[in-house]
Amino acid sequence: MKFFRLVWVNLLRKKLRTTLTIGSFMVALFLYGLLVAIRAAFGGNADVAGVDRLDVINKTSLIMPLPYSYRERLAAMPGITGVTFATWFGGVYQDEKNFFPQYAVDSETWLKVYSEYVVTEAQRKAFLADRQGCLVGRKLAKRFGFKVGDRIPLRGTIWTGTWEFNVAGIYDGNRPEVDTTPLLFRYDYLEERRNFGKGTVGWYVVKLGNPDDAVTVTKRIDDAFANSPYETLTQTEKAFAASFAKQMGNIEFLVLVIGSVVFFTLLLVAGNTMAIAVRERTGELAVLKTVGFTDLGVLALVMAETLLIAGQGGVLGLALAKFFSLGGDPTGGFLGNFYLGWGQLGLGLALALAVGAVAGILPATTAMRLRVVDALRRV
Amino acid sequence: MVSVDGKGNGNGLVQVRNLDKKYQRGSEEIHVLQGLNLDVDRGDFVAFMGPSGSGKTTLLNLLGGLDLPSSGSIRVAGDEITSMSANKLTAWRARHVGFIFQMYNLIPVLTAFQNVELPLLLTKLSKAERRRHVETALAVVGLSDRMDHYPRQLSGGQEQRVAIARAIVADATFLLADEPTGDLDRKSAGEIMELLGRLVHEHGKTLLMVTHDPRAAERAHVVLHLDKGALVEGGAASGGEA
Repeated sequence: MKFFRLVWVNLLRKKLRTTLTIGSFMVALFLYGLLVAIRAAFGGNADVAGVDRLDVINKTSLIMPLPYSYRERLAAMPGITGVTFATWFGGVYQDEKNFFPQYAVDSETWLKVYSEYVVTEAQRKAFLADRQGCLVGRKLAKRFGFKVGDRIPLRGTIWTGTWEFNVAGIYDGNRPEVDTTPLLFRYDYLEERRNFGKGTVGWYVVKLGNPDDAVTVTKRIDDAFANSPYETLTQTEKAFAASFAKQMGNIEFLVLVIGSVVFFTLLLVAGNTMAIAVRERTGELAVLKTVGFTDLGVLALVMAETLLIAGQGGVLGLALAKFFSLGGDPTGGFLGNFYLGWGQLGLGLALALAVGAVAGILPATTAMRLRVVDALRRV
Repeated sequence: MVSVDGKGNGNGLVQVRNLDKKYQRGSEEIHVLQGLNLDVDRGDFVAFMGPSGSGKTTLLNLLGGLDLPSSGSIRVAGDEITSMSANKLTAWRARHVGFIFQMYNLIPVLTAFQNVELPLLLTKLSKAERRRHVETALAVVGLSDRMDHYPRQLSGGQEQRVAIARAIVADATFLLADEPTGDLDRKSAGEIMELLGRLVHEHGKTLLMVTHDPRAAERAHVVLHLDKGALVEGGAASGGEA
């Protein structure tokens, strides 16, 4: 602790330079936070609760439907303890920019399979009792001010006309990462009113008795419907989310490339700053060694400086990103599950410190190897 | 008793034998010190003089363990420092040597108090003990009322006093001063020499000083000249005043 002051006063020596370097870390880590949150948004809830669920889609394409009759066949298969399904609705609320996902779901089974959605018993019953009832996620309700009992009109884009729904309940996630931006309404209401596609669903979701059976059950399902007009492609929720995201491009790769460029640039900036700082203080470092600081001691002082800069910038940038993410989806519906988790924050801080360490190691080694006699001659 | 003939009794504080130091400059080998001998007792005040490039600072660096000789032996308070590892030499330096430089070499972002405290950070002294030592050192150099000042807020003479306080705060076995008055006006130089003289006479310090200034050298017990890489006695000062 007694050496901390020595590190601290050196940081304050060139306030503008230190502030700008901390600022570089802050901006980089803020960007990291945004990229991670965007990646999470494209990944949906797959990382949250998908280990015991499989998604079954039409092998040809996600947008091709599957017969409703598959439901019973799936339910009868060994290893499967629950089956539910959903259909993408694609309605517009007031204006096209007010995008949010809407799914026609099997009201009886959806909440059993998606246990991460939390709704009161009274609201669940209200949803089951009203054919036009819908459940609205907490974020969505907050965004448009929806309350229980409200009537929501949606303009259909696939199935045209105005569709009206009664808000039967507002659901929460059992964890902050759970996406609460979709609107869920009853499949039987869709089935009753739509003029085409009757008897089909968008995709099935099956719940496994044992997650270890995922490979076996996947093969069992796809084999059962092979060579039929509606062949299936069964995959984990994570893979499903990834294939969904890939429709918009390789987000993972994009995030990786942008992140790498940002951190590499940061490495150069921080490395250059520390190199200048050490070069400017050659004489002082020599004095420290003269009065008894060891080579390793001087190395530690320089490393502590660079780590302190990286740590401060990292914490500030991540805090800013976290704060920003708390505001929810910044795109107005396109990134429903825009969320920055604590694990990602920890990883970000570790990355910042790692960049700081790499940036500082060369100047610190130079300081460590400094020969007192040579350095004093230069003073 | 100071001697340069290599026939000292071996009980002195500093004992240098057959010291050689060579530098390589391109293809040329420069022999700075050749077979140098020196014996210094506790409480001695020695001034080294000689033209620029004669090896005065090199000798001081070798005595202070900042540099290693090409050959020869340096024993200080019984320790052979030429065979010590770098880390051991650093620890030895912290315990035994107080350095005073021409340009003071204070850390500009630390106050006078914090500059003086630097060597004590490496000891196991408590914060309160460190404070007591620093306050005592600053009182000795007459800067008790300037301990919270930064170097830029002090005059050259005051900066050198802080540097002297830093050199004595850990109660070093001996002090090495490299042109301590070289950057000061005559009045300040006189005050600094007065202070260094008091450290020797009143506090029993041993002081080895490199200087170009004959007035400063006058204060020393013995003035030694570096000539062709070896020391020759240039005459003893009065000793009383030194």
